[in-house]
Amino acid sequence: MNRTKLTAALMLSAAMAPAAHAETLKIGILTTTSGPPAVLGEHARDGALLAAEQLGMVGGMETEIIVVDAEGKPDVAAQKARELVERDGVQFVIGPIFSNVMGAIAGPVTESAFLLSPNAGPSVFAGENCHPNLFGVAYQNDQMPTVLAKHMNDTGVADAFILAPNYQAGKDSLNGFKSVFEGTVTSELYVPLGQLDYQAELAQIAALQPSAVYAFLPGGMGVNFVKQYDQAGLKGIPLLTAFTVDETTLPAEQDAALGMLSGVNWSPSLDVPASKEFVAAFETKYDYVPALYAAGGYDSMMLIDSAVKAVGNVTDMDALRSALEAADFSSVRGEFSFSSNHFPVQNFYLAEAVKREDGKYATQIVETVYEDYADAYVDQCKM
Amino acid sequence: MSRFAPQIAPRLKAALAILVLMALVPVAAHAIGDPFLSVIANRMLVFAIAALSLDLILGYGAMVSFGHAAYLGFGAYAVALGARWGVTDLLAQILLGMVFSAAFALVTGAISLRTRGVYFIMITLAFAQMAYFFFVSQGSLGGDDGVALQGRSTLLGLSLDGDVTLYYVTLGALALVYAGLYRLTGSRFGRVLKGTRENSLRMQAMGYRPFPYQLVAYVIAGCLCSVAGVLLANLTEYVSPAYMGWHRSGEMIVMLVFGGIGTLTGAMAGALVAVGLEEVLAAFSEHWRLGFGLALVLVVLFSPEGLTGLAKRLGIGGKHG
Amino acid sequence: MFNLFLLQLLNGAQFGILLFLVAAGLTLVFGIMDFINLAHGVLYMVGAYLMATFAGMTGNYWLGLMLALPATLIFGLVLEFLVFRRLYDRSHLDQVLATFGLILMLSEGVRILWGSAPLNVEMPELLSGSVPLAGPLKYPVYRIAVIAAGLASAVGLWALINHTRAGMLLRAGASNRPMVAALGVDISRLFMLVFAGGAMLAGFAGAIVAPILSVDPGMGESILILTFVVIVIGGVGSIRGAFLAAILVGVVDTVGRTFGPIWLRMVMDPSAAAQTGRMLAPMLVYLLMAAVLFYSPTGLFGRRGAK
Repeated sequence: MNRTKLTAALMLSAAMAPAAHAETLKIGILTTTSGPPAVLGEHARDGALLAAEQLGMVGGMETEIIVVDAEGKPDVAAQKARELVERDGVQFVIGPIFSNVMGAIAGPVTESAFLLSPNAGPSVFAGENCHPNLFGVAYQNDQMPTVLAKHMNDTGVADAFILAPNYQAGKDSLNGFKSVFEGTVTSELYVPLGQLDYQAELAQIAALQPSAVYAFLPGGMGVNFVKQYDQAGLKGIPLLTAFTVDETTLPAEQDAALGMLSGVNWSPSLDVPASKEFVAAFETKYDYVPALYAAGGYDSMMLIDSAVKAVGNVTDMDALRSALEAADFSSVRGEFSFSSNHFPVQNFYLAEAVKREDGKYATQIVETVYEDYADAYVDQCKM
Repeated sequence: MSRFAPQIAPRLKAALAILVLMALVPVAAHAIGDPFLSVIANRMLVFAIAALSLDLILGYGAMVSFGHAAYLGFGAYAVALGARWGVTDLLAQILLGMVFSAAFALVTGAISLRTRGVYFIMITLAFAQMAYFFFVSQGSLGGDDGVALQGRSTLLGLSLDGDVTLYYVTLGALALVYAGLYRLTGSRFGRVLKGTRENSLRMQAMGYRPFPYQLVAYVIAGCLCSVAGVLLANLTEYVSPAYMGWHRSGEMIVMLVFGGIGTLTGAMAGALVAVGLEEVLAAFSEHWRLGFGLALVLVVLFSPEGLTGLAKRLGIGGKHG
Repeated sequence: MFNLFLLQLLNGAQFGILLFLVAAGLTLVFGIMDFINLAHGVLYMVGAYLMATFAGMTGNYWLGLMLALPATLIFGLVLEFLVFRRLYDRSHLDQVLATFGLILMLSEGVRILWGSAPLNVEMPELLSGSVPLAGPLKYPVYRIAVIAAGLASAVGLWALINHTRAGMLLRAGASNRPMVAALGVDISRLFMLVFAGGAMLAGFAGAIVAPILSVDPGMGESILILTFVVIVIGGVGSIRGAFLAAILVGVVDTVGRTFGPIWLRMVMDPSAAAQTGRMLAPMLVYLLMAAVLFYSPTGLFGRRGAK
């Protein structure tokens, strides 16, 4: 399954095409799909594969898609990225999920192919290390916390308690929050990566009684925190999160997360025709609710399709780059364009965790916090 | 064969055969039009060096270190720091990595060697975790995200940018490490180390205090493993704390035990087969861990001495000892 | 401030009891059978997954728990029969290799069966909600139940080992296996029972923490290392040691990361204190372990001269 080659073109059309047009569009999907943190990678992969299936021939060309597991190890990912580009000759790579993998694969991929990230968007790649062949299709990491900070400003939250894991993305997240939040930060906490039990932090929150809590605790940490927050009877204090309550963690958080708010650039509830079709098709095919990582994967594939269709070949890198920059595709996020640093200009929303009528849990957009929001690193990017 | 080299031990012969075979990989890869194979094989060589270094303490000294990946990290960070300080020569970076590793191994080894058995396993793990968290908290080195290198190192002015060049440099390093350890384990030092493994009390009765021998072996193993780290960083052009997580330490033990401990050749074979197996299985299915885990269990259940034992049973390759 | 400190002590102790539940089975298997079982964390994970399945199927926490426990026991017995019993006489390294292989296999198996997304276990109505402590501080009832369950297991184990015939045989079997076998005791059956009991304890721990913690394919690995830290500090094979070490680890971790920065601020300027605190917090339990082993190389209650 891992290195599945989906030759999407029909045998008939291949047979009828003149031999001179034997060029093939090759796309690598490189996300972490094994081991404990696989769920995000599965969303992104499934989203991208769904798009390819719907398109049939991506970019109107014979398409070969190679799905590779990054294994969550940067050194393995770096090797597999090189393998995709140098051995398999892919022109596009969709991936990765984790920012430490991003750092390892960005160099090898962008040397001769385009890297489209369905999730990870560390600030260095939006700023000083931006690259002509690198596109952050999803968002820049620091944007999510600012959405929540702005919402708190708008609703007059005077003081907030903020916490994140003690690693680079955690620090970026809290700094992003503080750069926009106008109230006072009563306490700024860093918890060890992978912490299981949050009673100590919850006791501090209960003692301080802040007006709101902002947390960035991705994956299993978020599940633990949200459940324990609910059990400690703290839901009276609004908990606003980024990457903590979404469709990958809601199956475990369930009722504990209901009503909690998060910052998103997309949610399955988004009222955009392309999005509605995508969600319906996705749930039919895979039988789970797509999270924003799936949307990132889907949009990445659609973006490739639009660029290759516009250019008509896969060899003219400059033309392809311009076509990617134009972002002339119908994104599931509606209005969508790229800044000069190849990171998106898009709307950001506040979403609430809800239980849908069919009993499944999902995020639902409550309000638009930013319209056509670009990231803060555009000026640092010189390319 | 034996007519030309009647005095060569079978395990040395097996090791030489492996090295010669590996030397042919880039040529063969080129011939079949898939030069990328040598990049994959390069990774095998890097971990063969790491497994060899672990064999010195684990196989010969019976010191089961569950924190050996820390030295892989020290080597890798020596490249990152070296590049930052303008030191791009591979040998200088190896020296730097060895200095870091020796310092760390000396201090933690002196403390760890007070303990035995499972306590030793766990205390070495604890120290490696400390090193891991130290690098995770270093924002200037990218913290958890790690840091991309601007390019590969140079070796006495020779650029290592070519994959084949780096491959043969790695192979050379592997051969040197193997030869060095072969000599070392055959020397008086090695015999004392082995003697301590077999019967610590008797060695003490004979007037040998095991501690200095064990500590020196522990430091040497750390230094040699950092060489693998330096080469791994060059291979991936990327340095991350993920190189030194406890999982990686576990994988290194697995490679070694998989091949068979205390033979050096087994360490080399184990690393090559384990990395290769992972590569092949991962290309086959995303659920490759299932097959990999099964392979490990089966080897333990049916071949007590790892691949070396299996090879012996099939009448090829090495002899234990 | 003082109230908060007391509360954090309580939180630490409670986290410790959680750790003890997982560590108890491991230290028994380890100490009595001299068997390093890295796959113990997987049994804990399987317990949680079975709990999630049965509780989901029956819609009832208690029924789920009652089905999950024997199911984990059976799972443990099957593993013992297929793999573990072939490893008892082997070297520690073989055991490490085989059980590492089992971790990979079973974690992936869990992913195939249940998917990668974390699962939920509903908390029973009876134990939900929280009780007021001091001022705005509340404490979840379920946590109190976990503490009670942990204490009860500790007492039960202690009584079982020290005051029953089976416990006596266990202690005898651990120190001199051939002698006990010569006395006509079926030692391999005894070991099988110890292993199955240990597996069920781990499964029990997984099942009862499921409503508090994330049930995901990584849960076994994240707790495994902490469990090893606990039994090594306590001394391999000692239930009493595991209990005290678990509490110690829980308290040091919890109090250290909450009050560490405050104490550091007394001796250095705030930004340096925050920086140092952040660096030290994740290292604390490892520092504790290194310190304990430095002072006492076989842990707090380990047998002197034990291997």
